[in-house]
Amino acid sequence: MKGYNFAYLDEQTKRMIRRALLKAVAVPGHQVPFGSREMPLPYGWGTGGIQVTASILGPDDRLKVIDQGADDTTNAVSIRHFFARTAGVATTTRTEEATVIQTRHRIPETALNEDQIIVYQVPQPEPLFRLEPSRIESKRMHGLADYGLMHVKLYEDVSRFGQISISYDYPVMVHDRYLMSPSPIPAFDNPKMDRMPALQLFGAGREKRIYAIPPWTSVRSLDFDDHPFRPINASAPCGLCGSVTSYKDEVITDDRGGRMFVCSDTDHCERRRAEGTGHD
Amino acid sequence: MTEQPLLSARGLSLSFGAISALAGVDIDLWPGEILAIVGESGSGKSTLLNVLSGLARPQAGTVLYRTPDGQTLDVHAMPAPVLRTLQRSDWGFVHQDPRRGLRMNISAGGNVGERLMAQGARNYGAIRAKALDWLTQVEIDPARIDDLPRTFSGGMAQRLQIARTLVTEPRLVFMDEPTGGLDVSVQARLLDLIRSLAARLGVAVVLVTHDLAVARLLGHRIAVMRLGRVVETGLTDQVLDDPRHPYTQLLVSSVLQV
Repeated sequence: MKGYNFAYLDEQTKRMIRRALLKAVAVPGHQVPFGSREMPLPYGWGTGGIQVTASILGPDDRLKVIDQGADDTTNAVSIRHFFARTAGVATTTRTEEATVIQTRHRIPETALNEDQIIVYQVPQPEPLFRLEPSRIESKRMHGLADYGLMHVKLYEDVSRFGQISISYDYPVMVHDRYLMSPSPIPAFDNPKMDRMPALQLFGAGREKRIYAIPPWTSVRSLDFDDHPFRPINASAPCGLCGSVTSYKDEVITDDRGGRMFVCSDTDHCERRRAEGTGHD
Repeated sequence: MTEQPLLSARGLSLSFGAISALAGVDIDLWPGEILAIVGESGSGKSTLLNVLSGLARPQAGTVLYRTPDGQTLDVHAMPAPVLRTLQRSDWGFVHQDPRRGLRMNISAGGNVGERLMAQGARNYGAIRAKALDWLTQVEIDPARIDDLPRTFSGGMAQRLQIARTLVTEPRLVFMDEPTGGLDVSVQARLLDLIRSLAARLGVAVVLVTHDLAVARLLGHRIAVMRLGRVVETGLTDQVLDDPRHPYTQLLVSSVLQV
Protein backbone atom coordinates (compact mmCIF):
# COMPACT_ATOMS: atom_id res chain seq x y z
CA MET A 1 0.00 0.00 0.00
CA LYS A 2 1.32 3.48 -0.85
CA GLY A 3 2.65 5.55 2.02
CA TYR A 4 3.33 2.55 4.26
CA ASN A 5 6.40 0.39 4.68
CA PHE A 6 6.04 -3.30 3.84
CA ALA A 7 3.87 -4.90 6.55
CA TYR A 8 3.16 -1.53 8.21
CA LEU A 9 6.07 -1.42 10.72
CA ASP A 10 9.24 0.52 9.86
CA GLU A 11 12.40 -1.52 9.29
CA GLN A 12 14.13 -0.33 12.50
CA THR A 13 11.22 -1.57 14.61
CA LYS A 14 11.21 -4.90 12.80
CA ARG A 15 14.92 -5.31 13.50
CA MET A 16 14.32 -4.58 17.18
CA ILE A 17 11.54 -7.16 17.32
CA ARG A 18 13.63 -9.73 15.41
CA ARG A 19 16.45 -9.29 17.94
CA ALA A 20 13.95 -9.97 20.74
CA LEU A 21 12.66 -13.00 18.80
CA LEU A 22 16.17 -14.43 18.38
CA LYS A 23 16.79 -14.08 22.09
CA ALA A 24 13.40 -15.65 22.85
CA VAL A 25 14.15 -18.64 20.63
CA ALA A 26 17.56 -19.03 22.27
CA VAL A 27 16.00 -19.16 25.77
CA PRO A 28 12.78 -21.18 25.28
CA GLY A 29 9.90 -19.94 27.43
CA HIS A 30 11.76 -16.91 28.75
CA GLN A 31 9.94 -13.57 28.43
CA VAL A 32 12.01 -11.02 26.54
CA PRO A 33 11.03 -7.35 26.84
CA PHE A 34 10.62 -5.37 23.62
CA GLY A 35 9.60 -1.85 22.63
CA SER A 36 5.98 -2.48 21.72
CA ARG A 37 4.62 0.11 19.25
CA GLU A 38 1.26 1.79 18.87
CA MET A 39 -0.68 -0.24 16.33
CA PRO A 40 -3.83 0.75 14.47
CA LEU A 41 -5.95 -1.45 16.74
CA PRO A 42 -6.54 -1.37 20.49
CA TYR A 43 -4.51 -3.27 23.09
CA GLY A 44 -6.09 -6.62 23.71
CA TRP A 45 -7.00 -7.11 20.05
CA GLY A 46 -3.70 -8.68 19.13
CA THR A 47 -1.16 -5.85 19.00
CA GLY A 48 1.60 -8.19 20.19
CA GLY A 49 0.84 -10.91 17.67
CA ILE A 50 0.45 -8.42 14.82
CA GLN A 51 3.88 -6.89 15.54
CA VAL A 52 5.54 -10.30 15.60
CA THR A 53 3.80 -11.26 12.36
CA ALA A 54 4.81 -7.96 10.73
CA SER A 55 8.46 -8.59 11.66
CA ILE A 56 8.67 -12.13 10.28
CA LEU A 57 6.51 -11.71 7.18
CA GLY A 58 8.20 -11.85 3.75
CA PRO A 59 6.65 -11.15 0.32
CA ASP A 60 6.43 -14.90 -0.42
CA ASP A 61 4.60 -15.83 2.77
CA ARG A 62 1.05 -17.01 2.91
CA LEU A 63 -0.82 -15.87 5.99
CA LYS A 64 -3.67 -17.45 7.92
CA VAL A 65 -5.31 -15.65 10.84
CA ILE A 66 -7.65 -17.35 13.28
CA ASP A 67 -9.58 -16.09 16.25
CA GLN A 68 -11.06 -18.74 18.60
CA GLY A 69 -10.31 -21.23 15.85
CA ALA A 70 -12.41 -19.39 13.28
CA ASP A 71 -11.18 -17.70 10.10
CA ASP A 72 -14.31 -15.59 9.71
CA THR A 73 -14.57 -13.67 13.00
CA THR A 74 -14.01 -9.91 13.21
CA ASN A 75 -10.51 -10.03 14.65
CA ALA A 76 -9.32 -12.67 12.18
CA VAL A 77 -10.85 -10.97 9.15
CA SER A 78 -9.51 -7.52 9.98
CA ILE A 79 -5.95 -8.67 10.78
CA ARG A 80 -5.83 -10.80 7.62
CA HIS A 81 -7.12 -7.83 5.62
CA PHE A 82 -4.59 -5.55 7.31
CA PHE A 83 -1.64 -7.64 6.11
CA ALA A 84 -3.16 -8.22 2.68
CA ARG A 85 -3.27 -4.44 2.26
CA THR A 86 -0.03 -3.36 3.96
CA ALA A 87 2.20 -6.24 2.85
CA GLY A 88 0.38 -7.52 -0.18
CA VAL A 89 0.97 -11.10 0.97
CA ALA A 90 -1.24 -13.97 -0.06
CA THR A 91 -3.74 -15.13 2.55
CA THR A 92 -5.45 -18.42 3.10
CA THR A 93 -7.83 -20.12 5.47
CA ARG A 94 -6.34 -23.56 4.90
CA THR A 95 -3.95 -24.55 7.66
CA GLU A 96 -1.54 -26.65 5.59
CA GLU A 97 -1.18 -23.95 2.90
CA ALA A 98 -0.16 -21.22 5.34
CA THR A 99 3.49 -20.43 6.13
CA VAL A 100 2.60 -18.04 8.96
CA ILE A 101 -0.44 -18.53 11.20
CA GLN A 102 -1.44 -15.82 13.63
CA THR A 103 -3.82 -17.10 16.28
CA ARG A 104 -5.87 -16.06 19.23
CA HIS A 105 -7.10 -18.74 21.67
CA ARG A 106 -6.57 -21.85 19.51
CA ILE A 107 -4.06 -24.12 17.77
CA PRO A 108 -5.41 -25.53 14.46
CA GLU A 109 -6.55 -29.15 14.48
CA THR A 110 -4.39 -29.94 11.44
CA ALA A 111 -0.89 -30.77 12.67
CA LEU A 112 1.66 -28.07 11.78
CA ASN A 113 4.92 -28.84 9.98
CA GLU A 114 8.51 -27.63 10.08
CA ASP A 115 7.98 -24.97 7.40
CA GLN A 116 5.35 -23.15 9.40
CA ILE A 117 5.44 -20.51 12.12
CA ILE A 118 2.56 -20.00 14.52
CA VAL A 119 2.22 -16.58 16.22
CA TYR A 120 0.10 -16.36 19.37
CA GLN A 121 -1.60 -13.22 20.63
CA VAL A 122 -0.95 -13.01 24.37
CA PRO A 123 -2.88 -10.79 26.78
CA GLN A 124 -0.93 -11.69 29.95
CA PRO A 125 2.49 -13.31 29.46
CA GLU A 126 3.24 -13.78 33.17
CA PRO A 127 1.97 -17.17 34.42
CA LEU A 128 2.56 -16.10 38.03
CA PHE A 129 0.30 -13.07 37.59
CA ARG A 130 -2.47 -13.15 40.26
CA LEU A 131 -0.33 -15.47 42.39
CA GLU A 132 2.63 -13.22 43.11
CA PRO A 133 1.76 -9.52 43.27
CA SER A 134 5.35 -8.30 42.87
CA ARG A 135 6.75 -8.31 39.35
CA ILE A 136 10.29 -8.16 40.74
CA GLU A 137 9.65 -11.24 42.86
CA SER A 138 8.13 -13.16 39.96
CA LYS A 139 11.17 -12.32 37.82
CA ARG A 140 13.35 -13.66 40.62
CA MET A 141 11.22 -16.81 40.81
CA HIS A 142 11.75 -17.37 37.08
CA GLY A 143 15.47 -16.75 37.50
CA LEU A 144 15.74 -19.32 40.28
CA ALA A 145 13.19 -21.73 38.77
CA ASP A 146 11.28 -21.43 42.04
CA TYR A 147 7.81 -22.52 40.93
CA GLY A 148 6.36 -24.02 44.13
CA LEU A 149 3.74 -21.28 44.16
CA MET A 150 2.25 -22.39 40.85
CA HIS A 151 1.77 -25.87 42.29
CA VAL A 152 0.12 -24.33 45.34
CA LYS A 153 -2.51 -22.94 42.96
CA LEU A 154 -3.03 -26.45 41.51
CA TYR A 155 -3.19 -27.88 45.05
CA GLU A 156 -5.88 -25.34 45.94
CA ASP A 157 -7.87 -26.36 42.87
CA VAL A 158 -7.76 -30.06 43.74
CA SER A 159 -8.64 -29.49 47.39
CA ARG A 160 -11.53 -27.21 46.47
CA PHE A 161 -12.95 -28.82 43.33
CA GLY A 162 -11.49 -32.32 43.41
CA GLN A 163 -9.60 -31.65 40.17
CA ILE A 164 -7.40 -29.06 38.52
CA SER A 165 -9.99 -26.59 37.30
CA ILE A 166 -7.90 -24.51 34.87
CA SER A 167 -9.59 -24.91 31.49
CA TYR A 168 -7.58 -22.40 29.44
CA ASP A 169 -4.20 -20.66 29.75
CA TYR A 170 -3.05 -23.82 31.51
CA PRO A 171 0.55 -23.27 32.74
CA VAL A 172 3.32 -25.28 31.10
CA MET A 173 7.00 -25.98 31.72
CA VAL A 174 9.09 -25.35 28.62
CA HIS A 175 12.25 -27.39 28.13
CA ASP A 176 12.00 -28.34 31.85
CA ARG A 177 13.16 -24.89 32.79
CA TYR A 178 10.77 -21.96 32.36
CA LEU A 179 7.19 -21.79 33.53
CA MET A 180 5.19 -20.30 30.65
CA SER A 181 1.71 -19.11 29.89
CA PRO A 182 0.56 -20.79 26.65
CA SER A 183 -1.75 -17.76 26.04
CA PRO A 184 -5.48 -18.36 26.58
CA ILE A 185 -5.68 -21.48 24.41
CA PRO A 186 -7.85 -24.26 25.86
CA ALA A 187 -5.99 -26.85 27.94
CA PHE A 188 -7.14 -29.23 25.19
CA ASP A 189 -4.53 -27.68 22.88
CA ASN A 190 -1.62 -27.90 25.34
CA PRO A 191 -0.46 -31.38 24.17
CA LYS A 192 -0.13 -29.99 20.62
CA MET A 193 2.61 -27.64 21.80
CA ASP A 194 4.81 -30.48 23.01
CA ARG A 195 7.52 -31.25 20.46
CA MET A 196 5.66 -29.32 17.76
CA PRO A 197 7.60 -29.25 14.45
CA ALA A 198 6.61 -25.61 13.82
CA LEU A 199 8.24 -22.59 15.47
CA GLN A 200 5.93 -21.03 18.08
CA LEU A 201 6.19 -17.29 18.76
CA PHE A 202 4.25 -15.34 21.40
CA GLY A 203 3.69 -11.58 21.38
CA ALA A 204 2.16 -9.55 24.22
CA GLY A 205 1.70 -5.97 22.99
CA ARG A 206 0.38 -4.26 26.08
CA GLU A 207 2.76 -6.09 28.42
CA LYS A 208 5.65 -5.60 25.95
CA ARG A 209 6.96 -9.16 26.11
CA ILE A 210 7.95 -11.71 23.48
CA TYR A 211 8.66 -15.38 24.09
CA ALA A 212 9.08 -18.45 21.94
CA ILE A 213 9.22 -22.23 21.75
CA PRO A 214 11.67 -23.55 19.14
CA PRO A 215 10.60 -26.57 17.06
CA TRP A 216 10.71 -29.97 18.77
CA THR A 217 10.93 -28.52 22.30
CA SER A 218 9.35 -30.32 25.22
CA VAL A 219 6.31 -28.55 26.68
CA ARG A 220 4.82 -30.17 29.77
CA SER A 221 1.53 -29.20 31.41
CA LEU A 222 1.88 -28.95 35.19
CA ASP A 223 0.05 -31.57 37.23
CA PHE A 224 0.26 -33.97 40.16
CA ASP A 225 1.27 -37.63 39.92
CA ASP A 226 -2.11 -38.66 41.31
CA HIS A 227 -4.08 -35.93 39.48
CA PRO A 228 -2.60 -36.03 35.99
CA PHE A 229 -3.26 -33.36 33.38
CA ARG A 230 -6.36 -34.07 31.30
CA PRO A 231 -7.46 -32.05 28.32
CA ILE A 232 -11.12 -31.09 28.57
CA ASN A 233 -13.49 -31.22 25.60
CA ALA A 234 -17.22 -31.47 25.06
CA SER A 235 -18.27 -35.10 24.85
CA ALA A 236 -20.83 -34.45 22.08
CA PRO A 237 -19.72 -34.78 18.43
CA CYS A 238 -19.68 -31.71 16.16
CA GLY A 239 -23.23 -30.90 15.04
CA LEU A 240 -22.01 -30.04 11.53
CA CYS A 241 -19.23 -32.48 10.64
CA GLY A 242 -19.62 -35.12 13.32
CA SER A 243 -16.04 -34.95 14.55
CA VAL A 244 -15.49 -36.20 18.08
CA THR A 245 -11.74 -35.50 18.25
CA SER A 246 -11.75 -31.76 17.49
CA TYR A 247 -12.33 -29.05 20.07
CA LYS A 248 -15.95 -27.90 20.22
CA ASP A 249 -17.71 -24.63 21.02
CA GLU A 250 -21.25 -24.61 22.33
CA VAL A 251 -23.46 -22.43 20.15
CA ILE A 252 -26.93 -21.20 21.06
CA THR A 253 -29.14 -21.57 18.00
CA ASP A 254 -32.44 -19.95 19.03
CA ASP A 255 -34.11 -18.32 22.05
CA ARG A 256 -35.93 -21.49 23.09
CA GLY A 257 -32.95 -23.26 24.60
CA GLY A 258 -31.72 -24.82 21.35
CA ARG A 259 -27.98 -25.38 21.31
CA MET A 260 -25.39 -27.43 19.49
CA PHE A 261 -21.71 -28.24 19.68
CA VAL A 262 -19.64 -27.30 16.64
CA CYS A 263 -15.92 -27.48 15.83
CA SER A 264 -14.15 -24.32 16.90
CA ASP A 265 -11.68 -24.80 14.00
CA THR A 266 -13.81 -23.68 11.03
CA ASP A 267 -11.22 -24.76 8.42
CA HIS A 268 -11.12 -28.28 9.85
CA CYS A 269 -14.93 -28.49 10.00
CA GLU A 270 -15.50 -27.16 6.47
CA ARG A 271 -12.93 -29.54 5.03
CA ARG A 272 -14.54 -32.53 6.70
CA ARG A 273 -17.95 -31.53 5.39
CA ALA A 274 -16.60 -30.95 1.86
CA GLU A 275 -14.91 -34.34 1.91
CA GLY A 276 -18.08 -35.87 3.24
CA THR A 277 -16.17 -37.51 6.05
CA GLY A 278 -18.68 -39.16 8.33
CA HIS A 279 -18.52 -39.58 12.04
CA ASP A 280 -14.98 -40.38 13.16
CA MET B 1 33.49 -29.06 72.16
CA THR B 2 34.46 -31.40 69.37
CA GLU B 3 31.43 -30.56 67.24
CA GLN B 4 31.71 -27.59 64.95
CA PRO B 5 29.17 -24.78 64.92
CA LEU B 6 26.26 -24.94 62.48
CA LEU B 7 26.24 -21.24 61.95
CA SER B 8 29.11 -18.98 62.75
CA ALA B 9 29.17 -15.20 62.38
CA ARG B 10 32.22 -13.00 62.77
CA GLY B 11 32.51 -9.22 62.91
CA LEU B 12 29.05 -8.42 61.54
CA SER B 13 28.53 -4.70 61.04
CA LEU B 14 25.67 -2.84 59.46
CA SER B 15 24.63 0.75 59.89
CA PHE B 16 21.66 2.61 58.50
CA GLY B 17 23.09 6.08 57.93
CA ALA B 18 24.37 7.32 61.27
CA ILE B 19 22.58 4.57 63.18
CA SER B 20 24.72 1.55 63.84
CA ALA B 21 22.40 -1.47 63.97
CA LEU B 22 25.20 -4.03 64.23
CA ALA B 23 28.73 -3.25 65.37
CA GLY B 24 31.11 -6.17 65.27
CA VAL B 25 28.81 -9.01 66.31
CA ASP B 26 30.22 -12.53 66.74
CA ILE B 27 27.72 -15.37 67.14
CA ASP B 28 28.06 -19.16 67.09
CA LEU B 29 25.20 -21.62 66.95
CA TRP B 30 25.65 -25.36 67.45
CA PRO B 31 23.41 -28.07 65.96
CA GLY B 32 20.20 -28.62 67.92
CA GLU B 33 20.75 -25.61 70.08
CA ILE B 34 18.25 -22.84 70.84
CA LEU B 35 19.97 -19.48 71.06
CA ALA B 36 17.87 -16.64 72.43
CA ILE B 37 18.84 -13.12 71.45
CA VAL B 38 17.40 -10.60 73.86
CA GLY B 39 17.59 -6.85 74.15
CA GLU B 40 15.39 -3.81 74.02
CA SER B 41 13.75 -2.40 70.90
CA GLY B 42 16.30 -0.94 68.53
CA SER B 43 19.18 -2.97 69.90
CA GLY B 44 19.73 -4.66 66.53
CA LYS B 45 18.12 -8.05 67.28
CA SER B 46 15.95 -8.23 64.19
CA THR B 47 18.68 -6.82 61.97
CA LEU B 48 21.01 -9.53 63.26
CA LEU B 49 18.40 -12.17 62.43
CA ASN B 50 17.97 -10.80 58.90
CA VAL B 51 21.73 -10.75 58.34
CA LEU B 52 22.20 -14.28 59.71
CA SER B 53 19.43 -15.65 57.50
CA GLY B 54 20.69 -13.93 54.36
CA LEU B 55 17.72 -11.58 54.05
CA ALA B 56 19.97 -8.55 54.60
CA ARG B 57 23.62 -8.00 53.67
CA PRO B 58 26.11 -6.82 56.27
CA GLN B 59 28.59 -4.06 55.44
CA ALA B 60 31.36 -6.06 57.07
CA GLY B 61 31.79 -9.55 58.49
CA THR B 62 30.91 -13.06 57.39
CA VAL B 63 28.27 -15.67 58.21
CA LEU B 64 29.39 -19.27 57.67
CA TYR B 65 26.95 -22.18 57.50
CA ARG B 66 27.94 -25.84 57.67
CA THR B 67 25.89 -28.10 55.41
CA PRO B 68 24.97 -31.66 56.45
CA ASP B 69 27.80 -33.04 54.28
CA GLY B 70 30.36 -30.95 56.12
CA GLN B 71 30.85 -28.16 53.59
CA THR B 72 31.19 -24.60 54.86
CA LEU B 73 29.25 -22.00 52.90
CA ASP B 74 29.54 -18.23 53.16
CA VAL B 75 25.91 -17.11 53.38
CA HIS B 76 26.54 -13.75 51.73
CA ALA B 77 28.92 -15.00 49.05
CA MET B 78 26.95 -18.00 47.81
CA PRO B 79 25.01 -17.75 44.55
CA ALA B 80 21.36 -16.69 44.85
CA PRO B 81 19.93 -20.08 43.74
CA VAL B 82 21.90 -21.90 46.46
CA LEU B 83 20.72 -19.43 49.10
CA ARG B 84 17.13 -19.76 47.92
CA THR B 85 17.39 -23.56 48.08
CA LEU B 86 18.76 -23.34 51.62
CA GLN B 87 16.03 -20.92 52.68
CA ARG B 88 13.27 -23.19 51.44
CA SER B 89 14.64 -26.53 52.63
CA ASP B 90 17.37 -26.54 55.30
CA TRP B 91 16.27 -23.28 56.88
CA GLY B 92 13.06 -21.75 58.06
CA PHE B 93 11.94 -18.31 59.11
CA VAL B 94 9.08 -17.63 61.50
CA HIS B 95 7.94 -14.02 61.45
CA GLN B 96 6.41 -12.15 64.35
CA ASP B 97 3.37 -11.34 62.22
CA PRO B 98 1.95 -14.57 60.74
CA ARG B 99 0.57 -12.51 57.86
CA ARG B 100 4.13 -11.97 56.66
CA GLY B 101 4.97 -15.65 56.76
CA LEU B 102 1.69 -17.06 55.46
CA ARG B 103 -0.20 -16.66 52.21
CA MET B 104 -3.49 -15.34 53.50
CA ASN B 105 -5.52 -16.17 50.36
CA ILE B 106 -4.33 -19.79 50.22
CA SER B 107 -5.86 -22.52 52.39
CA ALA B 108 -4.05 -23.85 55.47
CA GLY B 109 -3.17 -27.06 53.61
CA GLY B 110 -1.74 -25.12 50.68
CA ASN B 111 0.34 -23.04 53.05
CA VAL B 112 1.82 -26.11 54.70
CA GLY B 113 2.34 -27.82 51.33
CA GLU B 114 4.08 -24.91 49.58
CA ARG B 115 7.58 -25.74 50.78
CA LEU B 116 7.08 -29.41 49.90
CA MET B 117 5.97 -28.51 46.39
CA ALA B 118 8.84 -26.02 46.04
CA GLN B 119 11.12 -28.97 46.78
CA GLY B 120 9.53 -31.00 44.03
CA ALA B 121 6.77 -32.97 45.78
CA ARG B 122 4.26 -33.79 43.05
CA ASN B 123 1.89 -36.25 44.68
CA TYR B 124 -1.27 -34.53 45.87
CA GLY B 125 -2.28 -37.30 48.26
CA ALA B 126 1.13 -37.36 49.94
CA ILE B 127 1.25 -33.56 50.26
CA ARG B 128 -2.21 -33.50 51.78
CA ALA B 129 -1.43 -36.33 54.21
CA LYS B 130 1.68 -34.50 55.36
CA ALA B 131 -0.26 -31.23 55.75
CA LEU B 132 -2.88 -33.03 57.88
CA ASP B 133 -0.15 -34.60 59.98
CA TRP B 134 1.47 -31.24 60.61
CA LEU B 135 -1.79 -29.49 61.43
CA THR B 136 -2.33 -32.15 64.10
CA GLN B 137 1.19 -31.68 65.40
CA VAL B 138 0.65 -27.97 65.91
CA GLU B 139 -2.76 -28.63 67.47
CA ILE B 140 -4.92 -27.22 64.68
CA ASP B 141 -8.15 -29.10 64.00
CA PRO B 142 -7.47 -31.10 60.78
CA ALA B 143 -11.01 -30.31 59.65
CA ARG B 144 -9.80 -26.76 59.00
CA ILE B 145 -7.27 -27.81 56.37
CA ASP B 146 -9.21 -26.07 53.59
CA ASP B 147 -9.93 -22.88 55.53
CA LEU B 148 -8.12 -19.65 54.78
CA PRO B 149 -5.65 -18.43 57.41
CA ARG B 150 -7.50 -15.14 57.64
CA THR B 151 -10.29 -16.99 59.44
CA PHE B 152 -7.78 -18.21 62.05
CA SER B 153 -7.12 -16.59 65.42
CA GLY B 154 -3.71 -15.03 66.02
CA GLY B 155 -2.40 -18.02 67.95
CA MET B 156 -3.66 -20.51 65.36
CA ALA B 157 -2.16 -18.51 62.50
CA GLN B 158 1.17 -18.48 64.33
CA ARG B 159 1.01 -22.26 64.84
CA LEU B 160 0.17 -22.65 61.16
CA GLN B 161 3.23 -20.60 60.29
CA ILE B 162 5.33 -22.92 62.43
CA ALA B 163 3.84 -25.99 60.72
CA ARG B 164 4.54 -24.46 57.30
CA THR B 165 8.15 -23.82 58.31
CA LEU B 166 8.87 -27.16 59.97
CA VAL B 167 7.19 -29.38 57.35
CA THR B 168 10.46 -29.78 55.44
CA GLU B 169 12.25 -30.63 58.72
CA PRO B 170 14.80 -27.84 58.51
CA ARG B 171 18.04 -27.95 60.51
CA LEU B 172 17.94 -24.29 61.37
CA VAL B 173 15.01 -22.00 62.08
CA PHE B 174 15.08 -18.27 62.63
CA MET B 175 12.27 -16.96 64.80
CA ASP B 176 11.50 -13.28 65.18
CA GLU B 177 9.38 -12.72 68.31
CA PRO B 178 7.17 -15.75 67.59
CA THR B 179 4.98 -15.03 70.61
CA GLY B 180 4.71 -11.27 70.17
CA GLY B 181 1.18 -9.92 70.09
CA LEU B 182 -0.42 -13.04 71.61
CA ASP B 183 -2.16 -13.15 74.97
CA VAL B 184 -0.46 -14.90 77.83
CA SER B 185 -2.26 -18.26 77.85
CA VAL B 186 -1.92 -18.62 74.07
CA GLN B 187 1.74 -17.67 74.42
CA ALA B 188 2.29 -20.38 76.99
CA ARG B 189 0.80 -23.08 74.73
CA LEU B 190 2.82 -21.87 71.78
CA LEU B 191 6.05 -21.86 73.78
CA ASP B 192 5.33 -25.37 74.96
CA LEU B 193 4.73 -26.43 71.36
CA ILE B 194 7.92 -24.82 70.05
CA ARG B 195 9.94 -26.40 72.84
CA SER B 196 8.64 -29.91 72.25
CA LEU B 197 8.90 -29.71 68.46
CA ALA B 198 12.43 -28.31 68.60
CA ALA B 199 13.49 -31.04 71.01
CA ARG B 200 11.91 -33.79 68.94
CA LEU B 201 13.24 -32.63 65.57
CA GLY B 202 16.60 -31.59 66.97
CA VAL B 203 16.37 -28.34 65.08
CA ALA B 204 18.66 -25.42 65.90
CA VAL B 205 16.83 -22.17 66.54
CA VAL B 206 17.92 -18.55 66.61
CA LEU B 207 15.16 -16.91 68.59
CA VAL B 208 14.83 -13.16 68.85
CA THR B 209 12.72 -11.93 71.72
CA HIS B 210 12.43 -9.00 74.08
CA ASP B 211 10.72 -11.21 76.63
CA LEU B 212 13.15 -12.68 79.14
CA ALA B 213 10.58 -15.27 80.23
CA VAL B 214 10.45 -16.63 76.67
CA ALA B 215 14.23 -16.72 76.57
CA ARG B 216 14.31 -18.55 79.91
CA LEU B 217 11.78 -21.14 78.79
CA LEU B 218 13.17 -21.90 75.36
CA GLY B 219 16.77 -20.81 75.23
CA HIS B 220 19.72 -23.06 75.94
CA ARG B 221 22.03 -20.13 75.53
CA ILE B 222 21.35 -16.43 75.53
CA ALA B 223 22.98 -13.42 73.93
CA VAL B 224 22.17 -9.98 75.28
CA MET B 225 22.32 -7.17 72.74
CA ARG B 226 22.56 -3.47 73.25
CA LEU B 227 23.15 -0.75 70.66
CA GLY B 228 24.24 -3.25 68.03
CA ARG B 229 26.69 -5.13 70.22
CA VAL B 230 26.48 -8.42 72.07
CA VAL B 231 27.27 -7.38 75.63
CA GLU B 232 26.95 -10.78 77.30
CA THR B 233 26.52 -14.40 76.24
CA GLY B 234 26.27 -17.60 78.22
CA LEU B 235 23.97 -20.35 79.37
CA THR B 236 20.48 -18.97 79.88
CA ASP B 237 20.18 -19.72 83.57
CA GLN B 238 23.66 -18.43 84.24
CA VAL B 239 23.09 -15.13 82.50
CA LEU B 240 19.63 -14.54 83.90
CA ASP B 241 20.42 -15.62 87.47
CA ASP B 242 23.82 -14.04 87.69
CA PRO B 243 24.04 -11.22 85.17
CA ARG B 244 27.47 -9.66 84.96
CA HIS B 245 27.13 -6.81 82.54
CA PRO B 246 25.42 -3.74 84.03
CA TYR B 247 22.94 -3.65 81.15
CA THR B 248 21.94 -7.28 81.67
CA GLN B 249 21.52 -6.55 85.36
CA LEU B 250 19.22 -3.66 84.46
CA LEU B 251 17.28 -5.81 82.01
CA VAL B 252 16.80 -8.65 84.50
CA SER B 253 15.76 -6.31 87.29
CA SER B 254 13.24 -4.59 85.01
CA VAL B 255 11.08 -7.68 84.70
CA LEU B 256 7.81 -7.22 86.52
CA GLN B 257 7.18 -9.77 89.23
CA VAL B 258 3.62 -10.92 89.58
